[in-house]
Amino acid sequence: MGEIKETSEKLEKAVFKEPFSYSKLFISTFIISAFTVGGGFVLIPLMKAKYVDEYGWMQENESLDLVSIAQSAPGAVAVNAAIIMGYRLGGILGTFTALLATVLPPLITLTVVSYFYDVFSTNPYVRMFLKGMQCGVTAILLDVVLNLMVKQVKKKLALPLLIMAGTFIAAYFLKINIMEIILVDAIIGFFLMRDPQYN
Amino acid sequence: MEILLQLFISFATVGLFCVGGGYASMPLIQAEVIEKYGWLSMNEFVDIFTISQMTPGPIGINAATFVGSKVAGIPGSVAATAGFVFPSVVIVLLLAYLYYKYGNVGSIRGILNGLRPAVVALIARAGVDILLLAFWNKEKLPVDIMQTDKIAVLIFVLTWFALKKKLGTIKLLASSGVAGLLFYMLTGIQP
Repeated sequence: MGEIKETSEKLEKAVFKEPFSYSKLFISTFIISAFTVGGGFVLIPLMKAKYVDEYGWMQENESLDLVSIAQSAPGAVAVNAAIIMGYRLGGILGTFTALLATVLPPLITLTVVSYFYDVFSTNPYVRMFLKGMQCGVTAILLDVVLNLMVKQVKKKLALPLLIMAGTFIAAYFLKINIMEIILVDAIIGFFLMRDPQYN
Repeated sequence: MEILLQLFISFATVGLFCVGGGYASMPLIQAEVIEKYGWLSMNEFVDIFTISQMTPGPIGINAATFVGSKVAGIPGSVAATAGFVFPSVVIVLLLAYLYYKYGNVGSIRGILNGLRPAVVALIARAGVDILLLAFWNKEKLPVDIMQTDKIAVLIFVLTWFALKKKLGTIKLLASSGVAGLLFYMLTGIQP
């Protein structure tokens, strides 16, 4: 009981910079989804930038926990992240708000694209605009990554750094299946990282 | 009606067994859509992959929409997409419930503490991938420094500075798109 209470107290510490509303959740998620080219790990930092840094709707640690859960469930990571962040922010209604906002842009885009694929793929102006956006996304993504890394390094603990470096090497250079890596990291955490200093 | 149900079930299967996200869903989609039902040709399948590199959204959603719309129009794209997200909704909500109920129990805390730095590493990996794609139009190392897209680097640097000025995310993305259109048009370089 004590632990559950502690969790809810911890969660309430999030300082809202903007009041929560379903329409705000829908609009911000819709725009992020509509303008983000690239997989789930491109979309997630943008969601974090919006919900955590800009709106203050949840805390950073909590958002990373939710992303871990989203990553460990089957399906697209971006969709899973929307489901769980929506749930955290607005319950079941929040889930469907965020889910619809995430799915609608690609649904609309791809339906249109499937009819006009030839025109679309050869239009130079469309490609120029998308290329520019791709560079913008790269800058935002790297900024988020650097901030998160600096925070891990500042903790001055060996295990998180080893996991971070090991996961990167295993995924990028050794091309080991991500689910297998996640499983190993989870086992390490389960046995060695229960101490509150790792929270 | 039957075809819609088939689309839903087919993509629910893909969604359920697609673990590891992104590219992990491709072989599953291939098995269901090309080999089992013959809804797409291999060429069209490769096209979806290309489109997914340039359009928003996870590749699974994009494939579901594209296939559904080809097979049964707009109702088809809705059925296939709904099928793809259905397993996610059920499983993720269950996990979310468990997290908020037992999230602070030692063992679950330990697992999440172990996964947190891992997520940072996976985002970093995506960062490297997208950087290569943006600057060199390549997905993997090695790259040729002489072939660097200078306009891409310029837009990257401009966005980086704008970011430090605390400009909102959406505004940043929209203006980097406009910058791309302007710079490539003015210089006549092809992206």
